[in-house]
Amino acid sequence: MRCKGMEDKLVAYLDGRARPAERRAVEEHLTACADCRARAGEFSALWSALDDLPAISPSPAFEASLRARLAAEPARRGFWSWVHLPSPRLAFAVTALVALSIWISAIPPVNRNPSAAFQPLAPDAEFSMIRDLAELENYEVISKFDALSELPVAPNDMAQHDAGEESR
Amino acid sequence: MARTDVQLMLDVKAGDELSFEVLLRKYRTPVINFLYRMVRDSAIAEDLAQEVFLRVYRARQEYAPSAKFTTWMFRIATNLALNALRDNRYRHLEISMDQPVETNENEQPALEVPDRAPTVEQQLVARTRTEMIRNAINLLPEKQRAAVLLHKYQELDYGEIAKILGCSESALKSLLFRAYETLRVQLQSLVRPQ
Repeated sequence: MRCKGMEDKLVAYLDGRARPAERRAVEEHLTACADCRARAGEFSALWSALDDLPAISPSPAFEASLRARLAAEPARRGFWSWVHLPSPRLAFAVTALVALSIWISAIPPVNRNPSAAFQPLAPDAEFSMIRDLAELENYEVISKFDALSELPVAPNDMAQHDAGEESR
Repeated sequence: MARTDVQLMLDVKAGDELSFEVLLRKYRTPVINFLYRMVRDSAIAEDLAQEVFLRVYRARQEYAPSAKFTTWMFRIATNLALNALRDNRYRHLEISMDQPVETNENEQPALEVPDRAPTVEQQLVARTRTEMIRNAINLLPEKQRAAVLLHKYQELDYGEIAKILGCSESALKSLLFRAYETLRVQLQSLVRPQ
């Protein structure tokens, strides 16, 4: 290994977190390279010096101020927790899905083969059908009106009927 | 058996406020010290530390243990510190090597010798040494400074620090090497054998 290769290995070697193969490679290089050996020694001394940097303790006001800010936070359970949904995002997704379903169901069904299901009438035929609609409706009612069959038949009508039967 | 940080956080998520108290007591000093060494002002460090714990508390419902709790928490702390340093309000925090550094009444000496009080001269030497170290760390670029503080003082592993700083482990090791190399040069009088 060259000196340049020490760049990403020396720190891990010195703090004892290097993998065994890396450790062996660094040790071999340090044995052969006086400059890197000196640098490694100075890194160790540096780390000891850095230990001299004093630490601070939290001030008494820290805790009091933090507690006041925590107390001002909204209540733990929000609206969505009452409907047993783990997060507002999921709640939104569910709401959107329901709204989409309602919207889709409100759309009238579309016939996939409109030419087979509906043949547009010619304008004349359409007008004729509209004009005869009342009569057609009357015919429907009259032809299916059972009470008509119970009406007494007129004598003239009966004679004509008999004559017709005989001529056959 | 002591609960892990992740378990404590999951308990907080389930509504156990005492678990948050446990996490707060465990990490308030490390977080404040990390922020103090980043922003060099104890009042701002405490303000930012409060923000860290508030954000942890606010995010409890969405918390998912996809990473170590400390990775998540120090990522919040690092981002807040970097934002604070870049914020115009904290421009006055930029210092030079010649400028005296704030000394905090709450500072505890790293090494206490209870049976023999240090002389005035020893106190002066110790203070000068501390200021040299602090100034050298302060002069590091922000990302290198955060890497050194998380590696040296928080003793987080490389994977955690890399996630916090958003880089690869290999890039982090190079970053740390450059940072320590800069400190080695800056602090020659402390590290070179007399």
